[in-house]
Amino acid sequence: MTVLVALPVLLPLFAAALSLIAGRSPRVQRLLGVGVLTAIAAIAVVLLLETDRNGPVVLQFGGYAAPFGITLVADRLSALLLLVSALVTLAVLIFSIGQRITDYGRQTASTAFHPMYLMLCAGVSLAYLTGDLFNLFVAFEIMLASSYVLITRRTTAARVRASMTYVIVSLTSSLLFITMIALVYAATGTVNLAALPAKIAELDAGVQSSLALFMVVVFGIKAALVPMHFWLPDSYPTAPAPITAVFAGLLTKVGVYALIRTQTLVFIHDASWTVLLVIAMLTMIIGVLGAIAQNDLNRMLSFLLVSHIGYMLFGLALFTVLGLAGVILYVVHHITVQAALFLTSGIITRHTGTVSLQAMSGVAKAYPLVAVLFALPALSLAGIPPFSGFVAKIALLQAGAAVGTPVAYAVTAAAVVTSLLTLFAVTKIWVGAFWGKVAEPHADPDPTDEVTVGTGSTSKGMLVATGGLVAVSVLIAVFAGPLAAMSERAAADLLDGGAYQTAVLGADGGGR
Amino acid sequence: MTVNITMVIVLAGLYTVGFYLLMQRSLMRVILGIVILGHGANLFLQVAGGPPGEPAFVGSAVIQAMVDPLPQALALTAIVITFALTTFLLALAYRSWALLGHDEVQDDVEDRRIREAAERDEDSDDSDTEPSEAVAGFEAPEASEEVPR
Repeated sequence: MTVLVALPVLLPLFAAALSLIAGRSPRVQRLLGVGVLTAIAAIAVVLLLETDRNGPVVLQFGGYAAPFGITLVADRLSALLLLVSALVTLAVLIFSIGQRITDYGRQTASTAFHPMYLMLCAGVSLAYLTGDLFNLFVAFEIMLASSYVLITRRTTAARVRASMTYVIVSLTSSLLFITMIALVYAATGTVNLAALPAKIAELDAGVQSSLALFMVVVFGIKAALVPMHFWLPDSYPTAPAPITAVFAGLLTKVGVYALIRTQTLVFIHDASWTVLLVIAMLTMIIGVLGAIAQNDLNRMLSFLLVSHIGYMLFGLALFTVLGLAGVILYVVHHITVQAALFLTSGIITRHTGTVSLQAMSGVAKAYPLVAVLFALPALSLAGIPPFSGFVAKIALLQAGAAVGTPVAYAVTAAAVVTSLLTLFAVTKIWVGAFWGKVAEPHADPDPTDEVTVGTGSTSKGMLVATGGLVAVSVLIAVFAGPLAAMSERAAADLLDGGAYQTAVLGADGGGR
Repeated sequence: MTVNITMVIVLAGLYTVGFYLLMQRSLMRVILGIVILGHGANLFLQVAGGPPGEPAFVGSAVIQAMVDPLPQALALTAIVITFALTTFLLALAYRSWALLGHDEVQDDVEDRRIREAAERDEDSDDSDTEPSEAVAGFEAPEASEEVPR
C-alpha cells in the first residue's frame, strides 16, 4: 500500500522521459500521457478510500526514519486534491490532443508539450504528497519550470512580454521560499512538516508570527492573493486555452494547498490572523471589480480566478473545522469549474476568432452545445443553486457566520457581494458572446499564437473533455453530502494534526 | 544559534543589491538581480546550518565537531535549480530582445489602458495641452495583440 504514495510522482516522471524519447511518434506520446494520468486518478481513488478508513499513508524513502529522510504522506486532504487534479489534468490533456489533431492532423508530433505536461503533473502530485518543506520547494520548482516552458512555447511578442513577468515573479517568490526555509531551519533545525509543530511551539510568539506571515507572502504570490495578484491576469490569458485551463485550475490551488498545509500543521491561530481575513476580503472585491472592467474574455476569467482565491483564504483565516471544510469543498469545486470555463473559452474563441466581448456575438444560436458548456460552470462559479459553487459557498458563509466576530461578518458580507458581482460578470460575458446575431468569425490576428484560431472547427475530443469536466462539477453538487462529510473529516484532521504527526513520526515521536 | 557577523553583513548586502536590481527597468539588470538574490538565498541556507566545522563523514571526526550536512544538501539542490532557471531566463531575455528589439520591461496592459483613457480625457477637456506632454517619460504603447480589438 505504501508504495502507492510514490507512484503519482514517479509515474509521470518516467513517462515524461519516455515521452521525450518517443518524440517522433505522436501516438505513443498520447497513449503514455492519457494512460499515466488515468493511472494516477485510479491510485488517488485507492489512496482516498484507504486514508479515509485507516488514516494517513506514509512512505519513508530509503527506509530512513522520519525527521531525517524524505517522507511522502497522503492524508484525506492530499488524496482528495490528487484525485481532482488527476481528473482535471486528464480532461485538459484530452482537450489538447483533440485541438492538436484538429489543427495539425494526426501525425504531427509535438516534441516538447507532452513531456513538459507530464513533468507539471509530477510536480503537482509531489506538492500534494510531500512531507517536508524543502521537497515542497522542489515540487514547486518542477511545476513552475515546466509551466515556464509551456507558457513560452511558440513565443510571440505579446507572449514573451507576458511570460517574462510570470517567470520573474515566480522566480522571486521561489527565492523568498528558499529564504523562508533557511529561516525555519535556523530557528528549528528541521524542515519535516510533522516534526515542525513541536519545535515551532518552543519559539517566541513574535518569531512564530513572522515565520507564518513570511509563508503567507511566499505562497500568497503563487496563489495570487491581492496585492500579490498583478502578474496573473497579465500572463495567463496569453497562453493557449488548454495551458491556461490547467494553470488556472491547478497552479494557484497548489499555492492555496501549501498555505492550508503549513498554516494548519505548523502554526497556531492567533489574533494577527485578522490580517488574513482582511486580505481575503480585498482579494474577493478587487478581483471581481477587475473582472467587471474587462472586455477580453480570458482576462475577465483570470480576474474572476483571483477573486475566488479570496474565498479559499477566507475559510482558512476563520480557522475552524467548518471554515476549513468549506475551503476544501471550495478548492475541489473551483479547480474543476475554472478549468472548464477556460476550456470553453478556448472553444468559443476558436469559433469567433476574437477574445473581445464587444466583437463577438451569437454563439448561443450558432453553437448551442457550447452555450450549455459555458452556462453550467459559469452559474456554478457565481454560486447559483443547485450547482457545486452554491454548496461550497454556503459552507463558507455558514462558517463565517458561526465565528461571529465583526470582521468575520464583514468578510461574509463581502463574500455575498462578490458572489453577486461574479454573477454580473458572467452575465456580461453571456450578453456579449452568446446573445445577438450570429457574427462571422474574425480573421485570426496572429496565426502563430494559438490563442484565437477562428477556424470554427471543434473536434469531438475537445467537446468530450470539456463536457467531462462540466459533468464532474455537476457530480460534485450531486454528491455534496458525502463530499462535505469527507471535507469535514479532512478539516478535523488538519486542525488536530495528531494523526498526521503520529503517522509520520511514529507513536513515540520518532527520532526526536 | 551563533551567527557570523561577516556573513550577516554579506547576506544583507546581497539581498539589498538583488532587490534593488529587481526594481530596474532594464531586463538585463532584473536578471542580474535574480542571480544575486539567488546567491543570497543559497548562502543563507548555508548559514542556517550553524558555524563551520569538520566534514560530516562517519569516523572522520567526533560528531560534536561535525558541521550540519543537511543545509549543504539543501543549498546544493537550490543552487542547481537557480542555475538552471537563470539560463532559461537568459534565453527568454534573448528571445525578448530578438522579438521586441529592446530589453526594457514594458508597462502592463492595465497601465496602458489607463494611460490611453487619460489621454482621451485630456483631448476632450483641454485642447491646448499636447497629450504627448502628459505621458512624457513613458514609452509609447505598442500596437500589440492585447489592445482591445
